[in-house]
Amino acid sequence: MTDENKPVPGDDLPEPVVQRPRINASLVWLVPVLAALVGLSLVIHAWTQAGPTINVSFQSAEGLDPGKTPVKYKNVTIGRVTNVRLSQDRTHVVAKIALEKSAQGFATADTRFWVVRPRIGLGGVSGIDTLLSGSFIGADVGESQEYKDDFTGLESPPPVTHGAQGKTFDLQADDLGSLDIGSPIYYRRIQVGRVSSYHLDEDGKGVTLQIFVEKPNDQFVTKSTRFWNASGIDVSLGADGLKVNTQSLATVLAGGVAFQDPAGPHDATAADENTTYRLFNDRATAMAPPDGEPKYIRMRFSQSLRGLVVDAPVEFLGVPFGRVVSINLDFDEKTQTFPTIVGAVVYPQRLGRAHDKLVALAKARGDDEQMSQMMGRLIEHGLRAQARTGNLLTGQLYIAMDFLPNAPKVAYDPTTRPLEIPTTPGSFDKLQEQLAEIVDKIHKIPFDSIGKNLDQSLGELSQTLKQVNTSVLPEVKTTLQGAQQTLGNANNMFAPDSQLQQNLGGSMQELQRAARSLRVLTDYLGDHPDALLRGRRADQPLQAQPAQAAPPSAPTQGSKP
Amino acid sequence: MSTLPRASELGLIGCHVCGLVCRDIRAPDAACPRCGSALHRRKSASYSKTWALLIAAFLVYLPANLLPITRTVSLGDVDDNTILTGVVELWVKGSPYLAVIVFTASIVVPVLKFFALGLLLISSRRRSQWAQRQRAKLFRLVEFIGYWSMLDVFVVALLTALVQFGFFSQVEPLPGVVFFGLTVVITMLASMSFDPRLIWDGREFDD
Repeated sequence: MTDENKPVPGDDLPEPVVQRPRINASLVWLVPVLAALVGLSLVIHAWTQAGPTINVSFQSAEGLDPGKTPVKYKNVTIGRVTNVRLSQDRTHVVAKIALEKSAQGFATADTRFWVVRPRIGLGGVSGIDTLLSGSFIGADVGESQEYKDDFTGLESPPPVTHGAQGKTFDLQADDLGSLDIGSPIYYRRIQVGRVSSYHLDEDGKGVTLQIFVEKPNDQFVTKSTRFWNASGIDVSLGADGLKVNTQSLATVLAGGVAFQDPAGPHDATAADENTTYRLFNDRATAMAPPDGEPKYIRMRFSQSLRGLVVDAPVEFLGVPFGRVVSINLDFDEKTQTFPTIVGAVVYPQRLGRAHDKLVALAKARGDDEQMSQMMGRLIEHGLRAQARTGNLLTGQLYIAMDFLPNAPKVAYDPTTRPLEIPTTPGSFDKLQEQLAEIVDKIHKIPFDSIGKNLDQSLGELSQTLKQVNTSVLPEVKTTLQGAQQTLGNANNMFAPDSQLQQNLGGSMQELQRAARSLRVLTDYLGDHPDALLRGRRADQPLQAQPAQAAPPSAPTQGSKP
Repeated sequence: MSTLPRASELGLIGCHVCGLVCRDIRAPDAACPRCGSALHRRKSASYSKTWALLIAAFLVYLPANLLPITRTVSLGDVDDNTILTGVVELWVKGSPYLAVIVFTASIVVPVLKFFALGLLLISSRRRSQWAQRQRAKLFRLVEFIGYWSMLDVFVVALLTALVQFGFFSQVEPLPGVVFFGLTVVITMLASMSFDPRLIWDGREFDD
């Protein structure tokens, strides 16, 4: 403005040089615009990424960390817990979860949420990784498209996630036993599924379990498959020894379900989803042929049935085909006895082919549904019920139905309901009776008096012996001494130098001599028999008068006879 | 005001870089004949440049504070921290001094810079003669403390480089720290583009 009229000091000052034109300074405004664009893009990004916000209620906030705990589906983070607060009534906690945009589909009606924490149970260990990384919320999405933003979290992970391939079946059981959600399902001891849920039946008379069998093993569940509770240990003592049967150690502790098709021909088409099966208590019952319709029968026993309990088996010719359901005492006024009325449920179908044939026969003859006439005929042929001892140690009884050909005839009324089967005392009872009789007879033997008499006799005997000892024995002693003396004498007598011996020797010589002379005589007499009459002839020449030499002695001898 | 004549009154212009005084030829593209740097009486478009950079810095400062700057992974425990939550965590975990330092460097200083520059810009634009000395001192303070705000960025850079123990402990930088660094750089640029002589320009002078 005022440059010209002011003195300019130092005109020799250098002149500035003119350079290339500089960049327009207003371009600097591009910087904030760029910054704004970046900021805006961030905002838009965040806004487009933000998915729905949902509330999930849990029993406890254990492991839930606001701002940190992620929500994962198949281990991919789909959201984050932003806030955890108590519910209005303070009974549970509500976790607010900001889902990502891509996880919008998780805010639908059938999505399930649960907290994944380390779990150590009988069935196994899970969620160990969360020990270090902290818990996270697991999610499982369903098919539903219906929007929902308020959920109730599960307390334990669902055993079956939605996308899992396989089939769900229902099992009906009397009670839950040791089964639980997540209990394994075994097929030939390979785990093929899990119990996914259970609930009481509406009437409270049973439990329905829902199980999930994974593909491809679900094809083994056929229309005739039997399920049984494989929990615990089955110990059976049979004729072939002790058998212990379990599925796996985990099953022993935590329970499980096993299934298999029955042996023999059966319908092997794969079962449809949600087919209902019965859950049997053990394999044996499960694999037994179908029981068919139960029938109620009644038996009247006159003897005591100690050892017979409800549920004791009823066997027909050794085939178990029913069980005892009631045992009641009755009073018979006529005989003043207390018979026992035993009620039993029998499943005639268990008899298999026999049953089929009997039914066919009964139908052909126009029998009624209860086959009472058929029964009548069988009873006529000696069908009787017996209470038999199943176990000698415990005295457990069972009911056996057998044909006893020489059973006494009984009156049978085919119109009574339930059918009444005549009974006969059991073989063991008979044995018992006979034993009792024997014992009775033994009892009648007067052991007391026998004993007394025996005692007396023994006393007397002892007295006698005493007498013998005191009086008889000394005499015996003296007698023996006498005998000894006598023997000594005898000994002396027979000694070689004794007189007797010598006398005897002399006598013997004399006798010898006598015998010799007798021989001479007989010889002479043989030659001269006349010498007997005439006596000995006078001595002649030897040849002329041999007989005359004998007369001197002959008279004594010849005159004697 | 001052009775001394101004350079512009004398038709003179000084080089910012080498200090050579030349005649003011009032050409927009004049350059120092000695060192070749651009010659201008006042920094050209100082107001608009500073404003633009200040606004840009502020815009960048928002995500710098809202976005997490570090991710600390310790034994599988993942922790994302923004500047403020980091400060709070430091305070809670028993390092209040550190917390104060980080807070000062990362929150107080940038905010102070925004306010100081804004104040200087507005007051100078209005050719206010209020507390000119103090304003000049304030500007020098802003220039001086500007780069200290980079502390946070350095901390993150160092931690990221040093704490790499895989699963046990790991620190990762997150986008927030980039924005924060940008904030610091842009505020420094803004304070650089502000010409402190504008403070002294009275009402009677034109830009």
